[in-house]
Amino acid sequence: MNETGQGPSGVEPEKASAERGIGRRDVVKALASIPVFGVFFYSFFKRKFDEDYRKREILAELGVSEGGPAVIPEAISRPPSDRIRLGIIGNGGEGESLVRNAGFAHPDWVEGAEEDARENPRSKRLEVFLNQEDLNVELTGVCDLFDVRAERGLAASRNAVGPVGGRELRGARRFTRYTDMLESDDIDAVIIGTPDHWHSRITIDAVSAGKHVYCEKAMTRTEEETHAMVEAVRNSDIVFQLGHQNRQVESHFKAREVIEADILGPITLIETTTNRNTPGGAWVYDIHEEGSPETIDWAQFEEAAPNKVPFSLERFFRWRCWFDYGTGLSGDLLSHEYDAANQILDLGIPKSAVASGGVYFFKDGRDVPDVFQAVLEYPDRDLTLVYSATLANGRGRGKVFMGHDATMTVGSGLTIKAERDSTRYEQKIEDDVIDTSIPMFTYRPGFRGIDAVTSASEEYFASRGLLYTYRGGVRMSAYHLHIKEWLDVIRNGGQVSCNIERGFEEAITCHMATRSYLEGRKVEWDPVRNSIV
Amino acid sequence: MMQSEATAEAGGSPGYGTFQLSALVALRMIIGWHIFYEGLAKVLSSYWTAADYLSASQWWFSSLFIKIAASPTPLGIVDFLNKWGLIAIGLGLMLGCLTRAATIAGIVLLALYYIAAPPFAGYTYSMPAEGSYLLVNKILIELAALVVLLAFPTGRIIGLDRLIFWNRGSQKALTLAEDVR
Repeated sequence: MNETGQGPSGVEPEKASAERGIGRRDVVKALASIPVFGVFFYSFFKRKFDEDYRKREILAELGVSEGGPAVIPEAISRPPSDRIRLGIIGNGGEGESLVRNAGFAHPDWVEGAEEDARENPRSKRLEVFLNQEDLNVELTGVCDLFDVRAERGLAASRNAVGPVGGRELRGARRFTRYTDMLESDDIDAVIIGTPDHWHSRITIDAVSAGKHVYCEKAMTRTEEETHAMVEAVRNSDIVFQLGHQNRQVESHFKAREVIEADILGPITLIETTTNRNTPGGAWVYDIHEEGSPETIDWAQFEEAAPNKVPFSLERFFRWRCWFDYGTGLSGDLLSHEYDAANQILDLGIPKSAVASGGVYFFKDGRDVPDVFQAVLEYPDRDLTLVYSATLANGRGRGKVFMGHDATMTVGSGLTIKAERDSTRYEQKIEDDVIDTSIPMFTYRPGFRGIDAVTSASEEYFASRGLLYTYRGGVRMSAYHLHIKEWLDVIRNGGQVSCNIERGFEEAITCHMATRSYLEGRKVEWDPVRNSIV
Repeated sequence: MMQSEATAEAGGSPGYGTFQLSALVALRMIIGWHIFYEGLAKVLSSYWTAADYLSASQWWFSSLFIKIAASPTPLGIVDFLNKWGLIAIGLGLMLGCLTRAATIAGIVLLALYYIAAPPFAGYTYSMPAEGSYLLVNKILIELAALVVLLAFPTGRIIGLDRLIFWNRGSQKALTLAEDVR
């Protein structure tokens, strides 16, 4: 500004601005971007209408909503008089997890989870446990052949941290033989988390004692055990639940909806897989330092096994590696994949099975294969189920349902891609409504929850939807929901999702694969003779 | 003393040429467009959340960002601020409305995006980038472009700020408004 405040025109600038009103030119300049908005909103709505139209067209064609499947929450109150007294038989890795999902965590687990949550904000296991519903149960009996695990069970039964907090806990009593627990008046129901070779015998004895049973999978070790166990449970009033927690997974309900709406067209092939690449994933579990003939009841462990061998820590802690106690990949992991496919498609027992594989990587004395493929034929359904597994490579492969019109991949979520040469979607593909290079339908539950899983095996279970699931967008443990369902049916009647009939189908299917592998031949199911031939 | 020099001194007027002004306004519009649509797309997508981006965070504030991603309430706030912040910034830049504030807010937001996942040597991300970046990525370039717009403002020449700031500090407003050679 010059000293006099005079511009060349002789008018003070200060005055000039005050006097000069907002002119037409000013308004034009101020609103100069309006045409740009015109272009913006034109392109924006064109794109949006286009996308909405496609989406509407696809959803109308499919007839399935994008929302979560309707799961009716259990609304029946549970008075204290309705308390169920639980016993755990086999408080190892799975057993302890089941007990925790019923409400009783070992103090060490809580401490570890607290530390996890402090160090890694993505770790949700403590939060999920603390938010778990109080199932109004009491842990009154613990039976384990290893003293340390039995003591851990007792400690968990007295630990009021978690959903049972605020209640007076009596604590459990230890039983050295499960038969003593079954005779006890202080037990209403038992969870069986023992190795597979004990499942059938304990269940049959529990039926005789009138105790309800939650039994870990695989249901049995042999076909003979299966028939005996199924007959006992069928002729009883107890509630039996097989521990396939995938039955609670939201994406599997959604997959059923998809199948019911016939979105995939005729399904001719189902591909299921297991891929893990860690010692833990191959059942090379830690051998507890306190494990010894003094702390482990080896004679009782062996009692139900076909072959008696000298005391072996490997066999006790890593029993999944031997056919004496389980069936390896077949009962351990094919069973999960099969049961998921059975849940989604009601497959039943296959007509035939062919399996092959070998011990190709973990040559540690095990006799169960670490690479295992099984082909199950369903000629009545015009489809084949293929199971393919290795324990020495972790590349994630899917659980894939291949139909003529579309392919559905199921994990903790679900995606559907149309087939390029689909008959049903031909017109829509031609009209560019359906793009076969991207999923035409995606279902992603709990998309707002991100967390960390702690081990490679957990990662595997999480990716296959076996660790947790969602109800109304809230993360929940699939194990917890599966136990809850069992307890609800004990109290209120109804039907559990993995009852003895589903267990029968699972056990026979797995044993067909096992037999085929062991005998090196194709085996068939004879429904008339009710046996594998 | 020449008039143009006098006004430049008095009001800090940039004294843009027509080509310069057009280029700056076009840059402002383009960045505004991008940010506005980013916000709008997020508001309209019921599936959008910052959680994936935050939980993949590395470098300085990663622990804070990861913590936010894992806690529903802060995450909800971050999501809300992000979506509507983008819309407000985008609108501000396009309309030339409170341009300076919008530009600064845009710089802050882009800086947060950059800090959350900088393309440093040695950092890898599970979400693949569509190009190849080393230290400099498109976020940083957009941020730098906003710094340029902060240094060479145009809102009071072409934009609603011309009217908004008409009476406040009218001397400056007028000199700015008239000062296109």
